[in-house]
Amino acid sequence: MADVKPKLKLEETVAAAAAAAEPRGADPDHQGPVETVDVEAVNSKEKRAPLYKKREKVYPKMARGQWRKIKWIVLIATLAIYYLLPWIRWDRGPGQPDQAVLLDLPTRRFYFFWLEIWPQEVYFLTGLLILGALALFLVTALAGRVWCGYSCPQTVWTDLFIYVERLVEGDRAARIRLDKKPWTFDKIRQRVLKHAIWIFIAMATGGAWVFYFADAPTLMGDLLSFDAPVVAYAFIGGLTFTTYWLGGHMREQVCTYMCPWPRIQAALFDEDSLIVTYRDFRGEPRGPMKKGKALEVRGDCIDCNQCVAVCPMGIDIRDGMQLECISCALCIDACDTVMDKIGKPRGLIAYDTLPGVEAEARGETRKLKLIRPRTVLYGGLILVVSIIMLVGLFSRSSLDLNLLPDRNPIFVTLSNGDIRNGYTLKVINKTDRAHLYSLSVEGLPDAEVSVLGNGERAEVSVTRDSMQSARIFIAAPAASLSGSLTDIELVLTDENGQATAVDTVFKGP
Amino acid sequence: MAGTPEKDEISGVNTTGHVWDGIRELDNPLPRWWIIVFYLTIIWAVIYIILMPAIPLFNSFTHGVLDWSSRASLERTMEQAAAEQKPYMEKISGESLEQIQKDPELAGFVQAGGRSAFAVNCSQCHGQGAQGGPGYPNLNDDGWIWGGTLEDIYQTIKYGIRNAHLDSRQNIMMAYGKDDILSREEIRQVAEYVLSLSGRSENAEMVSAGKEIFEAQCVSCHQDGGIGDTTLGAPNLTDAIWLYGGSREAIIESLTYGRAGMMPPWEGRLSDDTIKLLTVYVHSLGGGQ
Repeated sequence: MADVKPKLKLEETVAAAAAAAEPRGADPDHQGPVETVDVEAVNSKEKRAPLYKKREKVYPKMARGQWRKIKWIVLIATLAIYYLLPWIRWDRGPGQPDQAVLLDLPTRRFYFFWLEIWPQEVYFLTGLLILGALALFLVTALAGRVWCGYSCPQTVWTDLFIYVERLVEGDRAARIRLDKKPWTFDKIRQRVLKHAIWIFIAMATGGAWVFYFADAPTLMGDLLSFDAPVVAYAFIGGLTFTTYWLGGHMREQVCTYMCPWPRIQAALFDEDSLIVTYRDFRGEPRGPMKKGKALEVRGDCIDCNQCVAVCPMGIDIRDGMQLECISCALCIDACDTVMDKIGKPRGLIAYDTLPGVEAEARGETRKLKLIRPRTVLYGGLILVVSIIMLVGLFSRSSLDLNLLPDRNPIFVTLSNGDIRNGYTLKVINKTDRAHLYSLSVEGLPDAEVSVLGNGERAEVSVTRDSMQSARIFIAAPAASLSGSLTDIELVLTDENGQATAVDTVFKGP
Repeated sequence: MAGTPEKDEISGVNTTGHVWDGIRELDNPLPRWWIIVFYLTIIWAVIYIILMPAIPLFNSFTHGVLDWSSRASLERTMEQAAAEQKPYMEKISGESLEQIQKDPELAGFVQAGGRSAFAVNCSQCHGQGAQGGPGYPNLNDDGWIWGGTLEDIYQTIKYGIRNAHLDSRQNIMMAYGKDDILSREEIRQVAEYVLSLSGRSENAEMVSAGKEIFEAQCVSCHQDGGIGDTTLGAPNLTDAIWLYGGSREAIIESLTYGRAGMMPPWEGRLSDDTIKLLTVYVHSLGGGQ
């Protein structure tokens, strides 16, 4: 429609359209060149992707080698700690729990072997979390995502679930075959067995969790006789489901889609971090090994795809560093096995750094730089936090004082003109004996201290392993005050003459 | 930001057409687990609408199968709280004020329960910390107008002060100036004398003149030397505690216009147990006798 003028009236447009629609040749006057546009419908039927993408199942093949061995050891060690820790006994004397590790929520105590953490000392747990985070930063800076590859619970349980799957259904090829098979009795039997074992493991996982919060043997009995609290069953149920679902079905999707940690870890790398690397200068050009063909013209990679078959994340490490890679090194084991078979040196795939590989490609060797600003920083921070925590741990007093001055009224004028301040004193006696503390005031010579309900005796008695709250009144003549705020100390002296002081202020007009 | 969707050459996936600083967004399909969770939330929403109050109607709303309401939930919570307090309240009911005060099992309850009862019923006048204010006695100090023993405090809370209740505590501080009982000069002299009781007078002549008037007009309640009388509710004028302020101006104002603060009777509004609880709590604030 090149002959149509830019400005058209509606009638003309309709006429032109009608003319264009007429079969060619019917009216030779209107026959003209028609522009063909090189365009494809963006959402054409052929190209339209489904709204969601079905997961393509990964069938990790069994790998054998040193890294796989290390993974088994880590798996056994971490699972053993998790399942068995609540069952370790630790004698703390009569009337005290004898479980080595116990988070006693009702009495608000955390028992860890010889330690007993009170709620107000929760900063020890905070410190542990900070240490954990820093250790993770350090390990990631040094060796990439080895946390993900070896000790992350998702990896450990998935590994265990894959192991069960392999026991029941066979290795990769057998599993692929089984998936394609019609539903025969044998397939049903295998599937039921696999899921039953998975659910058993998942229940044991959820079950072990609740043992950290109550006396394990007692709770075990209660659980079996259905006398345990509902919340225990709820936790077991919830964790059974998540373990079964995340370990059995979700697997690598948890790491790729759900977990924020891979993205965070990506920011913790630098060029000297060890990552699982394919030494392409050695491997390329890849090609299958054929008899007679000179090995010199091609690389060491024989394109056997063993590294792809063993990968639990379903990636090809030869494509380079990828978001999905959890640095589990199973591809290294698979490749080393192949290299041994074809008589080539190991390490076509290995833990290496990117500049390291580049240097090797040039025929040089590059030393691994473990000491770098960021590793020194992380290491230093770990050291500092550890020292602070250890000092805190060993200088922990068996007596904690908390003195809260009244805020309303901040002071009271008594009839004789004296000024009186009220305080709430909390005495925490962490020893296993009762104590009687007598109170006195330092820093205000004429001050008199009294305890509500104790008459003339300025004393507070605290039973063993408990907290006692007391109302304290301190009165002083107005003339003895130097200003509206006087720094004073409240001193608690126990029956043996051992004194502990707590700083506070005395407020006046 | 908006642009035309096009095919990304590297991945072969369409872009959404959104561009940020030259970075284009791929229009990848959503993961299946995400879609499942999304559908589950929709199913959950439907279940929630069926179970819980959800859709507003013109004059009402859909109540849901569970018939849950925040009002009923509050009532249940209150009933639960009352049930938990019951053993304590029964104990308070069966014990005398002295017994309650000495009962170690009740010590915590008296402080916590007393504080809440005080906050709800008393703090409007006496303040959250019972610190009082001009005209409203500070309950922390050791000066008591009507007495600071447990019995006195109980009586005061139960029947109040200068109200219409038959057992209410009653007295009167007359408006000596307003009602022309004393002249302005005489009032200034009395005020000077009152100041002298706490050692603050400046004019000995006025003090002696004021003393004469005080002995004629005031001692019947405030007693000789202005030491006050708790049985009459007459404040001690010699100490450091002043209900309406201890300055010369405040004392002259009290003499001129009189004072008649009122406290309502709490009998009938609060249970006897709550009054007992409040009595022991107020007594514990630091001034109890």
